[in-house]
Amino acid sequence: MRIACPFCGERENGEFTYLGDAKPKRPAMVAIDGGAGAPGEAEAFYDYVYLRDNFAGEMSEYWYHGGGCRSWLVIERNTLTHDIKSVRAAPGAGAAKAGAK
Amino acid sequence: MKYSIFSLARAALSGHKNWPRTWRDAQPKSHYDVVIIGGGGHGLATAYFLAHKYGIRNVAVLEKGWIGSGNAGRNTTIVRSNYMLPGNTGFYELSMKLWERMEQDLNYNTMMSQRGIVNLYHSDAQRDAYARRGNVMRINGIDAELLDQAQVRKMMPFLNFDNARFPIQGGLLQRRAGTARHDAVVWGYAHAGDRLGVDIIQNCEVTGFTRDQNGKVTGVETSRGAIGAGKVGMAVAGNSSRVAAMAGMRLPIESHVLQAFVSEAIKPLIPGVLTFGAGHFYVSQSDKGGLVFGGDIDGYNSYAQRGNMPVMEDVCEGGMALMPMIGRVRLLRQWGGIMDMSMDGTPIIDRTPIDGLYLNAGWCYGGFKATPGSGLVFAHLIATDTPHEEAKRFRLDRFQRGAMIDEKGVGAQPNLH
Ligand SMILES: Cc1cc2nc3c(=O)[nH]c(=O)nc-3n(C[C@H](O)[C@H](O)[C@H](O)COP(=O)(O)OP(=O)(O)OC[C@H]3O[C@@H](n4cnc5c(N)ncnc54)[C@H](O)[C@@H]3O)c2cc1C
Ligand SMILES: [Zn+2]
Repeated sequence: MRIACPFCGERENGEFTYLGDAKPKRPAMVAIDGGAGAPGEAEAFYDYVYLRDNFAGEMSEYWYHGGGCRSWLVIERNTLTHDIKSVRAAPGAGAAKAGAK
Repeated sequence: MKYSIFSLARAALSGHKNWPRTWRDAQPKSHYDVVIIGGGGHGLATAYFLAHKYGIRNVAVLEKGWIGSGNAGRNTTIVRSNYMLPGNTGFYELSMKLWERMEQDLNYNTMMSQRGIVNLYHSDAQRDAYARRGNVMRINGIDAELLDQAQVRKMMPFLNFDNARFPIQGGLLQRRAGTARHDAVVWGYAHAGDRLGVDIIQNCEVTGFTRDQNGKVTGVETSRGAIGAGKVGMAVAGNSSRVAAMAGMRLPIESHVLQAFVSEAIKPLIPGVLTFGAGHFYVSQSDKGGLVFGGDIDGYNSYAQRGNMPVMEDVCEGGMALMPMIGRVRLLRQWGGIMDMSMDGTPIIDRTPIDGLYLNAGWCYGGFKATPGSGLVFAHLIATDTPHEEAKRFRLDRFQRGAMIDEKGVGAQPNLH
């Protein structure tokens, strides 16, 4: 499996670190900041942290190019064949960190 | 048939050409009391214990390929019970005790060889951690010995003790650990289950569930037609999420590929199982002489039973750091299997929210040693609808309750377990 980084070109996959499925989105968690917490919040968080589609077939995933440009990437890859369909920069990569200032 | 010295002598007289089948090639019936999905070690052991211990003999094991074609026939065959956290410690020791009598119980030679495991430590901190693990084991009645460098040197003089970066200081030894012949374990449970009336149905892929109006599972759809069942147990390891999805369930599991490697055969070298403490590398020597070794999972979701080069390189580097002469040995074979990596690295054995459907999954890369224990506790659960005493912490809702059993302490990131 070789990954064509949009910034660095084609590299062996050992340069990359895998985070996982790009689908789960972090839900709002009012309770964390001392608020009352909306109904269903804990369930939504449980779902986000622990449950996975674990899909057999084409899936969007987050990978990090630590051995190269250090960018977060979104890769469409088939988990049955390891074939890679597309690689692009993760939109807003690094934004969470910048916003945390 | 029952195997004995007499059956062996009789078969020898006819040149071993007249051995009967080890298990029947059963045709699916329209209904069973219990259907087990998955003919790996766990599914077959579950069926055996249902019939042997719980008196439920109208049981079928449905396997999409041939039995043992999944992880049961792909693993590096290490059996041990050196776990530290409550829940794991007792369960794996229960399993170890069943390993020790498996051949007599099953009337089958599974080549269980208790030649010991040594986990090497390379720093003071690691020695303390291993001492603690060993103490937990001993408090629970499990054998463990902390070895210093001289003791390890005596057992395995060929190791690179003076590695500049990771000198070997000693090791934690469990003498009762060892290896078993993985295929023979599968065939042994098939043989013993079959003698008790269990139907083993190969080339029978489960493609869906049938449910009644209340949602209760009433059977399965398969590539060989619909089969009714009072209860259905899932033991499909790396395919757990796919089969659960057929019942509309999502699981706290990701499927990842783990590779294994075998070298050409050499003279006896490694006395037991050996693990490197400063990287991920474990090795034993098979009876045929090949070095059987492995390391980390590849680290990305996969259902392809093959891995990639970076992990091969990493595993071989671990081997070279530990015993540099391994570099002179040629690699003979290499393959991959699909692990059901759970979110805390610990298995799940529980009823599901769906009536009549039971789950056995999340074995990560360590479920071979669990085979007999898993079969026993899963059979207990299916037969009695209550968790077995030694499996009561392996509940599906533990993630919601915050009662994770995270032996490695890395959190909900399955590729790090
Ligand atoms: C390379 C490697 C090394 C390992 N090393 C060790 C080790 O040293 N020690 C250790 O303890 N563990 C080890 N393991 C882990 C261990 O092999 C597994 O945890 C264990 O085998 C899983 O249980 P099983 O035997 O029931 O799984 P499997 O043998 O995978 O059984 C599951 C079965 O379900 C079948 N199936 C799937 N979907 C369907 C369907 N829809 N319908 C019908 N059947 C279906 C599959 O074909 C398969 O045969 C290793 C695994 C691998 C891959
Ligand atoms: Zn890059």
